[in-house]
Amino acid sequence: MAPQSGMAHAGGARHGVRHPGGLQVLFKLTWIELKLFLREPTTLVFTFAFPIVLLFVLGEVFGNQSGGTDERVFNGMGAMNYYTPAYIAVVTMSVGVIMLPARLTGYRGGGVLRRFRASLVPVWAVLGSQVLAALVLSVIGSVLVAAFAAVFYPVHFPDSLALLAAGFVLCSAAFAAIGTLLGAVMPSTRAAQGAGLMLFFVMLFLSGAGPPTEVMSDTMTRIGEFLPLTYGVDLLQAAWSGGTWDWTAAIVLAGIAVTAGVLSLRLYRWG
Amino acid sequence: MPPVITVEHLRKVYGHHVVAVDDISFEVESGEIFGLLGSNGAGKTTTVECVQGLRTPTAGKVRVLGKDPRSHAGDLRGRMGCQLQESRLPDHLKVWEALDLFSSLSPGAVDWQMLIEQWGLAEKRNASFSSLSGGQRQRLFIALALVSSPEVVFLDEMTTGLDPAARRIAWDLIEKIRDRGTTVVLVTHFMDEAERLCDRVAVVDRGKLIAVDTPRGLVVRYDPLEQVVFSCELCELEWLEAVPGARSVARRGRRVVVEGTGPLLAHVGAALVDHGLAPDDLRVIEPSLEDVFLKLTGHLVED
Repeated sequence: MAPQSGMAHAGGARHGVRHPGGLQVLFKLTWIELKLFLREPTTLVFTFAFPIVLLFVLGEVFGNQSGGTDERVFNGMGAMNYYTPAYIAVVTMSVGVIMLPARLTGYRGGGVLRRFRASLVPVWAVLGSQVLAALVLSVIGSVLVAAFAAVFYPVHFPDSLALLAAGFVLCSAAFAAIGTLLGAVMPSTRAAQGAGLMLFFVMLFLSGAGPPTEVMSDTMTRIGEFLPLTYGVDLLQAAWSGGTWDWTAAIVLAGIAVTAGVLSLRLYRWG
Repeated sequence: MPPVITVEHLRKVYGHHVVAVDDISFEVESGEIFGLLGSNGAGKTTTVECVQGLRTPTAGKVRVLGKDPRSHAGDLRGRMGCQLQESRLPDHLKVWEALDLFSSLSPGAVDWQMLIEQWGLAEKRNASFSSLSGGQRQRLFIALALVSSPEVVFLDEMTTGLDPAARRIAWDLIEKIRDRGTTVVLVTHFMDEAERLCDRVAVVDRGKLIAVDTPRGLVVRYDPLEQVVFSCELCELEWLEAVPGARSVARRGRRVVVEGTGPLLAHVGAALVDHGLAPDDLRVIEPSLEDVFLKLTGHLVED
């Protein structure tokens, strides 16, 4: 029987390849995730336009007198020099806590994950594709934020692009890991969206991306110390203005990325 | 030819005491449509998931194409295909993207362009998943199940939620899969579906396998009585009890029901003609799989 022998041959070719094209699967899933993202206007607007709108409001209100009139706020660096790196951190946070959990819980509730599992897609490829897609989207969002600030306000060029890039990757990794963890533990898309939005706004207002740290009350500052975004803002601001590496912030973010990453792999559920 | 699937004394306990599957054994032969029939929660899906290697059995032995699906997942990748109960794809995923993605998941996948034609999805290749009708989604899921040119396909509650017309079409599709030489494991709680499609049926109830046979075999074995029915005004019908094979004669209004073993219709017909009667609605009611199921499990499938 010809078809049988053909099958046996194909089976033989499969033998010994435990994860056939594992990386190829990862990249394909990532690519599909990105395409799906572009087809969802609401997420698209929230992720890309919302930080720019906020930055626009802040820019119009505070302007950017670099080393300006009031040295007591914005680390003395000028409002937009202060806010631009902060909003790059906000973009990574928004992708991580809002987009990722909703996506993963939606896939679980709809049985998309079970479908993947039945085709033996490894867990790391499912979560990895989400993290990679988040990274790509964060890059695009950040470039848009930086370009907007550079074009409309006299924002200075980052003092260290290399440190900024390194800080950005750490930031993105930490928030993507938080996002996959939320996606793993949240029971439904609604719950994930609720939790994500609350985290988003709390962090937005208390981590230095809203009122500058100097005007915050002690209570606000203390809460801020528990929020990952505070460290993301610190890390990116240090790299942007001054070209320095904030080791505390970096270690905290790396710790978050590893812990949340490991936890989400452990707590991951297919259905 | 060795069986495609061998299940021996399979047992699956969730937590500490929820016994989902209790000592189930069966074999699936190459090229057949094998049905797992039972009500919701009977343990069908758990059984199939153990066979697919998606769950670890608490006890027992499972072999698919001669291999343990847990320890040889890599070897079996692509040799099994499946369509899942209540599964979806991302709303905005296009038909061709789904096929492309799933074909990249297994080496030696067939050309999905061919499948898209074969399953009537060519016009929908750029349509998003959410825009597809129930029937179109089913066809897409079948195409996805077949994209790795598997030797065995699992179809779990494939026609649940489809309207009667779409169900008929789905049945034709399942027969098409078998006709191309692929072994089919069909999980269903629809009696008519199992009766119409399956070469052999395993009846599962409360985690146990109560019978395995051809649909006809099950009927003959467990509910061999057939009924011959006709309308008649006469009251005196005792002579019908003497007809060969007849076990009982009952009257329900104008309707007379003779129950017994075959060939009952011919004998009753002959007796009626001998007595000068020729009812124009004389017919036989054969026991269905549903009757057998009721007899075997003591409850209806929907209960």
